Parts: sequence; C-alpha cells; structure tokens
Amino acid sequence: MNLTIAGITARGLFGRRRFLLLFPLPLLLLVLTLAAKGANVDPVHWAPSVIDGMGFAVMVPVMALIVGTGVLGSEIDDGTVVHILAKPLPRHEIIVAKLVVAAGITAVSSAVPMFIAGVLVDSVRFGIALAVACLVAALGYSGVFLAMSLLTRRPVLVGLLYVLIWEALLGNVLSGTRVLSIHQYALSVTHAIAPNDLVKAHVGLPAALAMSAVFLIGGTLLAIDRLRSFSVAGETS
Amino acid sequence: MKIVELTNVSRWYGNVVAINNVTMTLGSGVTGLLGPNGAGKTTLLHMMSGFLAPSQGELLVGGEPAWRNPGIYRHLGLVSEREAVHGFLTAWEFVLASAKLHRLPQPERAARRAIALVEMADAQDRRIETFSKGMRQRTRVAAALVHDPEILLLDEPFNGMDPRQRLHMMELLHQMGGSGRTVLFSSHILEEVEEVSGTVQVIVAGRLAASGDYRTIRRLMTHRPHVFAIRSTDDRRLAVALMHEDSVNGLDIDQGGLTVRAGDYGAFTRALPKIALREGLRVRQLIPSDESLESVFSYLITA
Repeated sequence: MNLTIAGITARGLFGRRRFLLLFPLPLLLLVLTLAAKGANVDPVHWAPSVIDGMGFAVMVPVMALIVGTGVLGSEIDDGTVVHILAKPLPRHEIIVAKLVVAAGITAVSSAVPMFIAGVLVDSVRFGIALAVACLVAALGYSGVFLAMSLLTRRPVLVGLLYVLIWEALLGNVLSGTRVLSIHQYALSVTHAIAPNDLVKAHVGLPAALAMSAVFLIGGTLLAIDRLRSFSVAGETS
Repeated sequence: MKIVELTNVSRWYGNVVAINNVTMTLGSGVTGLLGPNGAGKTTLLHMMSGFLAPSQGELLVGGEPAWRNPGIYRHLGLVSEREAVHGFLTAWEFVLASAKLHRLPQPERAARRAIALVEMADAQDRRIETFSKGMRQRTRVAAALVHDPEILLLDEPFNGMDPRQRLHMMELLHQMGGSGRTVLFSSHILEEVEEVSGTVQVIVAGRLAASGDYRTIRRLMTHRPHVFAIRSTDDRRLAVALMHEDSVNGLDIDQGGLTVRAGDYGAFTRALPKIALREGLRVRQLIPSDESLESVFSYLITA
C-alpha cells in the first residue's frame, strides 16, 4: 500500500469539517443504549431498534458514506486529485490506499460504539459479533462509495438513495432486494457469530460473505478503471 | 530529448469543437502557448498531460500515448491552472510527498533542491493554506519540478506572482529550456510570452493559427505591410527617395521621423541602405515597429 497517499488522505479527511459528522451518530447510539439499559427494560423490546434500526441501518452506512466519498470525492471536487494523479503510479495503488483509509476509519468509528453497545445489551460475544459485522459492512460500503465518487458528480446523493431507498425502504418491503443489501450482510455476520433474538438474519452467511466480497472487489475494480480514465473538466481559458 | 507530438488532434464536447485538427511538435526550448480566452489552450494542455482523451488524432509524449498512461509522468511535470493544493500540508511536506510518489531515490534531497529553485526555503514549514497566491503557485512549480522532468507543461504559471517572482520564474524557464528540456507554458499576457520565449504556438478558436518564432511568423504575413520607424539626417529627402521604391506601400512623416509601410520585408531592408548611400544620407534609426508579439497576435486573431 502507498503510505504517502494513505497519509495525505487521512490527514485530508481529519482536516475537513465533515469529519465532525462522524461523532454524533455513535454518540446517539450509546446514549440510546444507556438510556434503555437504565430503564431496566428487557433488551428484546428495544435492542433490535437500537442495534439494527439505528446502528446498522443508519450509523454504519452514513459513516461509510461520509468517509467513503470523502477520501476521493472531496479531492475530485476541489481539484487536488490532479497532484496525485500526475505521478507515475499505477491507479490501483491510489485506489487501494484510499480504500484502506476509508474502510479503516469507517470500521473503527462504527465498530467501537457498536461493540460497547453490544456488551451493554447482551454480552462480550455479541459486542464482538457487532464489531466484526461493522468491519464487513465497512469494507463493502467503502468499495461501493469509493466507486461512486468516480461514477457520479453527486456521490453523497446517490449513496443516500442506496442506503435510504434500497436498503431501508425496499429492504423492508421486497425481500428480494435484501440479497443486494450490505446492511443485511452485516446482520447475517452478527447472527452467525452470536445467534440470539436481538438480530435477525435474512441472508445466509456464505451468501452474505460472498456478496460483501463482490461489493468490495467489484467497487474497487470499477474505481480503478474509472480512475484510469479520469478526465479533468475541459474548461478553456 | 523528450518531445510532445500532436498529429491531427481534435477534441469535441457534443457538438462543440474545442480543438480542431491540431498538428504540432514541441521540442527542446521554451514555447509559449498563446490564444484568446476560450481558444482551447487549457483543453490542449489537459490532453498533453494525459487528463483528457483526444476525440480524434494521436498525441504522444516522449513517444508514448498520453491518455491512460501514468508512465508519462516519469518525465513530465505539470502545473495546472487550478490552484487547488492540499492546504493542510506544509510546502515541504507537499513537495516531499511529490518526490516520494515519484519514487525518487533521495526524496528529501530532491524536495530541498526543488524548493530552493523556486526560492521557497524560508516559508517551507508553513502550511500552504496560509500562503499568498504567488507562493502557492511557486510551491506547485516546485512539486512539478521535483523529479527534474524533461518536459514541463505550465498553464498560466505567472498567475498571482509579483514582478520579482515573475522575473525569477521566467529565468527558471529560460534555464530549463536552455538545458535542453521541453517547456510549454500558456499565457494570455503577451509581454510574458515575449520575454520568455520567441517560439509560440498560437491557438485561435481551437485551431493552430501559427507556429514558430513570432518574428518569422510576422515576416511571412506578406499581406500585412511591415511598419518601420526611421530617423535619418534628412527624413524628407529620404521619404521622397523611398516613394520611388516598389516595396514601399506608403509612408508618413512627422517630427518624430518617418513611418514606412513596406509590402516586402526583404526587398525594403535591402533597398534602404542603397538609397541612403545614393542620397548621401545617414540612417540613425530603423525599428520594425510592428514585429512585437502583440502585433503578430492581433494580426492572427483578426485574420
């Protein structure tokens, strides 16, 4: 992996104001968990809403969207990407560095609060299951959102449409759409590591892992190909 | 020597033709890319630097296609028009990162040399976002020069520089051109191009309007009379004698001397000394007054 690109990417991400958006959602998840736990209500009644409805359905994809589109999309928007592209580097090296930073930051910033929430809700095993599921989801989402940065000028909007319309809305109405839902893969991984009534899986584990790999590898290959053909807007002066 | 070759290159966006069938070869030395706003200079530079695919034609940099070929950046340096830089980095970090991304064997040494070239050593530890426009520009030039490229493409490189920095940059480009490198810079400020380079590529409405030394280009414009300012020991007698000369189309006389419009540059400059000798006059001043780049350029864009 190209550490110079990874370093610049990470510094760029932490230096932008949008990075502050990473804090409210994990905080909200932990506050909700603590509040429900403090009320001494059986987790079966509230944990699915907090862990799945808030954690996997909102927090993980939104964080992945903020980071995934930030590592490359922001550089494309402001034009700084030209400095990196005007170097004799294979394009896969650039994409892999960006992907590792995106997936790494998303995984850490979502797995830590989910692990804490899992421990509070049920057990350490459940916390580990949630953390591993966050890692799998972070890889899948990062591959998709990184590719979106190069496929569209509005990656955040398209990403939100995927998360809100496809995963959240259609995923609840049309069961067939769950096969193409990273959210569902995360639930499958959680259920496989810590089977309980708090999280329900609708996709088998092998399919979930295989499809996660498809999203990650497919998104990465697509991003590499698009970056090879990256054009600077042809404004003339 | 690495050269840039364009053969019948066109680029269009939908129905709009931005670059129309341009063929040119850039060799060692400094070349100015001139053209009015919207002529297609930036589009051309984007294609040369591999950031835009030609719609038609062939574009080679150092013998290799520029499009989808990151390998060209081993011997190509680019200073784009957009000023965006990673503002959170210091100038040193930015130039050093460039050296590392080029996989130079001694990146620190290369970065130090490049920063010294643009005289930014004193400010190298400041974050780029705190820099003035000119300092940012020099930092970007340092990053483009860090691998000592054989080809350097610069889009409006003097933007935002103060007169002293501008002179320094001109000197730097002169040195690079003099040492056998291929340097192409675009500008819409004619004085800049005139001072840095005699060789120009003039783009008008997406077409290559002229190419070569602008003084030679001017002489080839035979349909435009050449204007000379002349002072002699007796301007009136010289004017009368010149009126008999076929190569002279017309002349004005005033207190400042003679202004002669000659249809044939060569014939007039050969005839003038003979006429002066014959008339027993001494020519004190002979200045081709429309051989400036500005005149050539205005003739080309109004042609």
